[in-house]
Amino acid sequence: MIRARKLGKRFGEKRVLRGIDLEIAAGAFAVVTGPNGSGKTTLLRLCARLALPTEGELDVGVPRGRIGYLAHEPLVYRELSAVENLELYGRLYRVQERRERIGMLLERFGLWDVRHDRVLTYSRGMTQRLALCRVLLHDPELLVLDEPHTALDADGAALLDAQLAELRSERTLLVSTHDPARIESLATERLALA
Amino acid sequence: MTYFGDVGALARKDLLLELRARDTLPAMLLFVVATFVVFHFSLPSHSSQLAASGLLWVAIIFTALLGLGRAFVPEREQRVLDGLVLAPCDRSAIWLAKAIATLAFLVAAEVVALPVFALFFHGLSGATVAGVVLADVGICAVGTFLGAMAVATRARDLLLPLLFLPLAIPIVVGGVGASVAAAPSRYLGFLALYDVLFGVLCWATFEYVVAEAQ
Amino acid sequence: MTPVRYRIPLPALAAASLVLVSLALALVFFVAPNDVNQGFSQRIFYFHVSIAFTAYACFAVGAWKALRYLWKGDPRSDLESYVAVHQGVIFGTAVLLTGSIWAKISWGHWWLWGEDELVLFLVLFLFYCAYFMLRFSVDPGPQRANFSAVYALFGVVLIPVSFLAIRIAKSFVHPQVFTLHGPNFGGWILATYCVAQAALLVFAYTLYRVELAGKRLDLRLRELRLA
Repeated sequence: MIRARKLGKRFGEKRVLRGIDLEIAAGAFAVVTGPNGSGKTTLLRLCARLALPTEGELDVGVPRGRIGYLAHEPLVYRELSAVENLELYGRLYRVQERRERIGMLLERFGLWDVRHDRVLTYSRGMTQRLALCRVLLHDPELLVLDEPHTALDADGAALLDAQLAELRSERTLLVSTHDPARIESLATERLALA
Repeated sequence: MTYFGDVGALARKDLLLELRARDTLPAMLLFVVATFVVFHFSLPSHSSQLAASGLLWVAIIFTALLGLGRAFVPEREQRVLDGLVLAPCDRSAIWLAKAIATLAFLVAAEVVALPVFALFFHGLSGATVAGVVLADVGICAVGTFLGAMAVATRARDLLLPLLFLPLAIPIVVGGVGASVAAAPSRYLGFLALYDVLFGVLCWATFEYVVAEAQ
Repeated sequence: MTPVRYRIPLPALAAASLVLVSLALALVFFVAPNDVNQGFSQRIFYFHVSIAFTAYACFAVGAWKALRYLWKGDPRSDLESYVAVHQGVIFGTAVLLTGSIWAKISWGHWWLWGEDELVLFLVLFLFYCAYFMLRFSVDPGPQRANFSAVYALFGVVLIPVSFLAIRIAKSFVHPQVFTLHGPNFGGWILATYCVAQAALLVFAYTLYRVELAGKRLDLRLRELRLA
C-alpha cells in the first residue's frame, strides 16, 4: 500500500529525512518512533500525500479521499461547533448517512453533550477527541496518525486504544508515537527514525 | 452539482465564521469611512469632483485589501487547510467559496460606504455602481487567490499588497473610467473581461497553490 | 540533477552575441540614416524597442516553462522559468532606463505618462519584483515552485490586460501632449532594427544560459555539501 525507496525531504538547506526505505502492506499496523526532530511528522505528511518528497520515490496506493490524517493540530475550526465541523467534513468527504455517523462518533468519544458548543470552549483533550472523530468520519482505508495520544486523559486514551484495536484488522494504520510501549502489542511493523 | 454543493457548504462555513468572530466586517466599515475623512483633508479646495471619484476607487481597493488579508487566516492558523485539501472534492471549490464569502463582506461594507461617500462628496451614477459590482468580483477572485499564497509564506501580511496592487491597476482603470468617462460601457466591458480572464485563471490554478501533491 | 545537454554550446553563443551586438552597434551608429524629426538621439529607439520585445519574450518563456512545471513537475522547468523571468526583469529595467533617456532627450522630461509602453513596463516591473519577493519568502521546494509558476502565468495574462487598461485610461487620465514616435520604417532603418533585435535576442539567450549554468552549479554544490 505504501512503498518508499530512498525517500528524502528537504526544506531549503535543512534536511529532515534521508534515505528512508519503507514498505507497508494493506492491513498492516506500522509504528514510527524517534526523538523530537527526527522527521516523524514529515514522514507522515508525505505518506498522507500532503507533501512531495524532494528525493527518492514514494508510492501511496490510496486515493486522497480515502486517507485519514491526524496532525499535531486538530484541524478543526475553533469558531464552529463539533457538529458544524463534522457536517462540513462529512460533506466534503462524501460521507454516506452523515448524520447518523456523526452522532455515533460523537457519542463514542464522549462529546455528545457538548456537540453544539464551539470548539474554542473545549479543553485540549476534548479537541483531540473531536480530531479523532474527524479522522474516522469517512471510514478511511489508510489512517495516518501523528502522536494520537497527545493531550488525551486516561479515559480518552482508553477509547483510542479500543478504537485502534478494532481498526487494526480491517484498515491500514501508520502511527507515530513517543510512547511505543502503549501500542507495541498491536504493531506489525516498526520504523525507528534516528 | 456536488461541486456547487461543496462551494455552498464552504461559503456557508466562511460566513458563519465571520458572523461569530465579528472582526473583519466592522473593521472594513470603520476603515472605509475613516479613509473618506482623510480624503476630505487630502483634496485641496479647488479639486474637481472627479478627483473624489478617483479616490473612491483607492478606498475600495485598500478596504478590500484589509478584508483579503484576513481571508485565509482561520485555515492557516490551525492548518485546517490540510484537512480540506485531502478531501476528494475539487480544490478550486475552496477558492471559489472563499471568494464568494469575501465578496459578500466587501459588498456589505460598500452598502454603507457608497451612501456615505455620496453624503461626503457627491452623488454616484448608475455606471459607478455597476462598476463597483464588477470590480468587486475581480478584486475578490484575484485577492483571495493571492491571499492563499501570501498566507503560506514567511512574509504573510507584507506580501499580499505587493502581489495584489499591480493586478489591481486594471481594475482601478476600469472603475474610474466607469465613474468618470462619458462612455462608461467601454470600461464596464473591460471590467467584465478582466473578471472572466482572471476568474478562469484562478479557478484553473488554485489546485497548485493549496496542495503540493496533485 | 542530471546535467542538461544543449544543442548549441555556450561559447558559440557568446561569440555569436558578440558578433551580432557589434554589428548592430555599427549599423545603428554609422549606417542608419538620421531621423528627419528627431535627429541623432532617435537612434536609441533601435535598442529601446528591441529590448522591450526581448523582455516580453523572456516573460513569455518564463510563463511557458511555468506551465511545463505545473504539467510535468520537473524542477528543472522551475529553475528555467525563474531565470527567464529574471532576465525579463533585467531587460524590463533597461526598457525603463532607455525610455526615460529617450524621453529626456526628445522632450526634456524624465518620465512620460503618455507613453503606453513605458507605463506598461512600469506595471510589469512592479509585478515581477513582487515575483521575487514571493519567491524569496518561501523555502525552496515544490510549494515555492508551484507558487512561482502560477504567478508567472498571472503575469503573462496581465501583460495584454494592462496594455488595454493603459490605452483606455487615456481618456480620463491627464493627457500628455508629448509621446515618442519611432521613425518611419524603410530600407536601412528596417534592416538595422532587425539586426538589433536579433542581436538582443541572442544576447538574452546567452545570458539566460549563463545564469542557468551558474544556478545549476550552485544547486549541485549544495546537494554535494548536504549529502
